[in-house]
Amino acid sequence: MNIHKLNKIFDHRVRLGIMSALLVNDGVNFKFLKEVLDVTDGNLASHLKTLEENKFIKVEKGFIGRKTNTTYKVTRAGEKAFKLHLTALEQMIKNLQ
Amino acid sequence: MEDKNLQALKEIQSIMAKSSRFISLSGLSGIAAGICAMMGAFVANQSITKYFSDYSSYDHTPKELRNELIIIGLLVFIAALITAFLFTLRKSKKDNTPIWGQTSLRLLWNTLLPMGIGAALILKLILENNYALVAPACLLFYGLGLINGSKYTLSEIKYLGYCQLGLGLLNLWLPQYGLYFWTLGFGVLHIIYGVVMWSKYERGNNNE
Repeated sequence: MNIHKLNKIFDHRVRLGIMSALLVNDGVNFKFLKEVLDVTDGNLASHLKTLEENKFIKVEKGFIGRKTNTTYKVTRAGEKAFKLHLTALEQMIKNLQ
Repeated sequence: MEDKNLQALKEIQSIMAKSSRFISLSGLSGIAAGICAMMGAFVANQSITKYFSDYSSYDHTPKELRNELIIIGLLVFIAALITAFLFTLRKSKKDNTPIWGQTSLRLLWNTLLPMGIGAALILKLILENNYALVAPACLLFYGLGLINGSKYTLSEIKYLGYCQLGLGLLNLWLPQYGLYFWTLGFGVLHIIYGVVMWSKYERGNNNE
């Protein structure tokens, strides 16, 4: 059954969105993710934390002038897991057609 | 279950596009840039005929004419840049996307890199008094810039780039028609592109 390949962690709109944005970008900051996904600070932060705890994304803290700038990048494990999740989604849709 | 998965895939696709492309480039920017180019070409043509009516030979380009054409060219470039920027600023406000973001900066860098190299080459051509290659070089490097940038904005702009390349190549072998090719590429093609993009993406939204 394909259903086992679907990753529970990606079974949420915001987390799916974060992974999608990170997969096509070399690294994005918090503000950018917030704008693209149209979510609140708290909501985004909690989902980023979940993904970070699962080691699907990595966090890099830096500075732009004096302001802190946190960049998020997808890890190799995260990329692999997300691609598996995508394939599973596509497969399930194909099987139903 | 099926709907939910399909929805998820659509959402992934939309976020990937939105986060990697600057989609607020306005068609009106293309039209404005095209009009600037046409006006510039008209003025340039006046200057050329003015100078060459006094000269019996076309082989020699006087310094005054060269300087006049350089100034016209720079003014057209600045005017086109400012008007194009204003229309895109307006659209980005309407779309509620920031004009200075990761996506717009990446678009600018990828478009301006080939164009900057082209500008350096054109400067050298002018210094060497090789004016015949200036117009085709403008078209060729602008076309390359557009194609390179098309990965980071509405991808239709690559067709504008291919057309500029085609004109530039033809112009290499018909150098005496430089101003005509230039006007066709920077004037007419910009306006056509602008009208097509505006009616495809913006006309509907304006009525709301």
